[in-house]
Amino acid sequence: MLARFGVPVPRGEVVFTPAEARSAAERLGTSVVVVKAQIHAGGRGKGGGVKLARSLDEAEQLAKQMLGMTLVTHQTGPEGKKVEKLLVEQGLDIARELYLSVVIDRAAEAPVIIASAAGGMDIEEVAAHTPEQILKLTVNRGTGVIPFQARQLAFGMGLDGSQSNKFVKVLESIYTAFIETDASMIEINPLIVTKSGDLLALDAKVSFDDNALYRHQDLKDLRDISEEDPLEVEASKFSLNYIRLDGTIGCMVNGAGLAMATMDIIKLSGGEPANFLDVGGGANAEQIKNAFRILMADTNVKAVLINIFGGILRCDVLAAGVIAAVKDLGVPVPIIIRMEGTNVDEGKRMLKESGLNFATADSMGEAADKAVALAKGGK
Amino acid sequence: MAVLLDKNTRLIVQGLTGKEGTFHGKQAAAYGTNVVGGTSPGKGGSTHEGFAIFNTVADARAKTGANASVIFVPPPFAADAIMEAADAGIELVVCITEGIPVVDMMKAMTFLESHPKTRLIGPNCPGIISPGKGKAGIIPHNIVREGRIGIVSKSGTLTYEAIHQLSRVGMGQTTCIGIGGDPLIGTSHIDALKLFKDDPDTEAVIMIGEIGGSAEQEAAAYIKAEFTKPVVGFIAGQTAPPGRRMGHAGAIISGGSGTAAEKMEALAAAGVRVVNSPADMGKAMQEVLGR
Repeated sequence: MLARFGVPVPRGEVVFTPAEARSAAERLGTSVVVVKAQIHAGGRGKGGGVKLARSLDEAEQLAKQMLGMTLVTHQTGPEGKKVEKLLVEQGLDIARELYLSVVIDRAAEAPVIIASAAGGMDIEEVAAHTPEQILKLTVNRGTGVIPFQARQLAFGMGLDGSQSNKFVKVLESIYTAFIETDASMIEINPLIVTKSGDLLALDAKVSFDDNALYRHQDLKDLRDISEEDPLEVEASKFSLNYIRLDGTIGCMVNGAGLAMATMDIIKLSGGEPANFLDVGGGANAEQIKNAFRILMADTNVKAVLINIFGGILRCDVLAAGVIAAVKDLGVPVPIIIRMEGTNVDEGKRMLKESGLNFATADSMGEAADKAVALAKGGK
Repeated sequence: MAVLLDKNTRLIVQGLTGKEGTFHGKQAAAYGTNVVGGTSPGKGGSTHEGFAIFNTVADARAKTGANASVIFVPPPFAADAIMEAADAGIELVVCITEGIPVVDMMKAMTFLESHPKTRLIGPNCPGIISPGKGKAGIIPHNIVREGRIGIVSKSGTLTYEAIHQLSRVGMGQTTCIGIGGDPLIGTSHIDALKLFKDDPDTEAVIMIGEIGGSAEQEAAAYIKAEFTKPVVGFIAGQTAPPGRRMGHAGAIISGGSGTAAEKMEALAAAGVRVVNSPADMGKAMQEVLGR
């Protein structure tokens, strides 16, 4: 993707088997090749996901070891991520490793460029231990990156005249890619300077603005759902905002803020939330059913807490949806419902008259206490 | 008194003929807001549910004297709608739309810099309500009551929760402002606090934040330096895992910063009564005001 915008990158091929790794190394023809695990997380080098091979045999051997292994880095979480594919790249004579990224600075309300001579390492640690090595440039939204600003960064990292001209081009390309692809972050680490003075992006991590994916079909196609939690993928099909966690109390809430607050209050009551789930303001009976199905697919869930503040989503509509879903799906765990707002009395009456076994609560605190008790098997 | 929105507000709805625009336009009018019309490009000259429709905001302003707008247009067109309202000289622009690309919002922010008379609320927010006076947005008006507490919040339903808790213990509100959960927003916590500071009828404020960014810490510094009215604060996302976007585009702990703990600490250090539980906002306000 970066190459499309003119960012120089090493030659390489994506492979799925050790045999493919061998033939890719042969085609590259350099005395050394680099074998890299392809997972959607940073910190791969430190986790053992990037290795050098000095022969075709070694390339094949490394591929055999790395394919199928679970890679744990500080960004994958403790469960790690399974390596399904590798990138085999040309070996390079590296003189220096730099760091370069573009992100949105929320306080400045503009993109900010971060550059550092201390490339190849975890930038968060560089920032913590040697903050003087971090150079920052807040981009003027109207002009984009101006060449003199790029040169200031280049000389600040100790590049020479000819390298700094190359850096200006690299940065301009990366900034263009950032804006045109609606990226929320592009991180090149390392950006290498070869012994012959060329600049190449050796490794890159890019994340995109979900809100802008509608205008980037090509990026949508890049999404690799095998890298994601299957329940989260399922939820996204129904416009449900679901994030799986590892507790026992399933939550169904409307609004992101209230959903986070519901997780917080469960914890304060001594329990652990099984998920974040925002059903949105305009949820209907069908969506509530889908939400239940996804919640119940998580076998850790021992109780469900529904916390809805009816504004657009009326309480009677919610109640009808919950009753239908429970009748249909046969939800086997206790359900605690707290609802408030538009048509709340009607909603409560419907729940009571349904003959189903719901626990109700008048406040968030009471609802959380009940959910925690029921999840632990109490009554 | 109230802030931002009162009986002098003349409101138009951008995207009035859409489903959401129609529903909430009618709701606002039913609550007593002076809704003077709406826009829907290509349908100018017609009426919709009794509201006059205009092709452009400039036209609507010229013919109705509108001074406020609430935006219900879909995300791909919402930044355009914000800029159109600013260009027409609308003073208060409330954008409800969720899901506007950041790149589009950056353009809108640049445009707004050259239109200093326009104040943007949102996007991705529930809007504003001044109880007894009017509303621009989607906050359910049956839960509010007139009174002396201001509310500023990043979250919609948590705003309703705060209103409900206050109303239930007999404390009404001057104005409730949902500022939105996006990374780039028009009106910050600080901007809202400044409005409440100058409003003689607002005697205390509930401030609701969430993980991500540093707006709450900046607000804490402002409160410490200049804000003398009592503040009750709550931060959502104390249990949110790092690196995950919690529903709102802006609600993410990145690189270990933007956590609830650091925000709560900053607010507490500024003298804000910070509650751990979202159920305690109303109770804490009663205690702070000695009621």
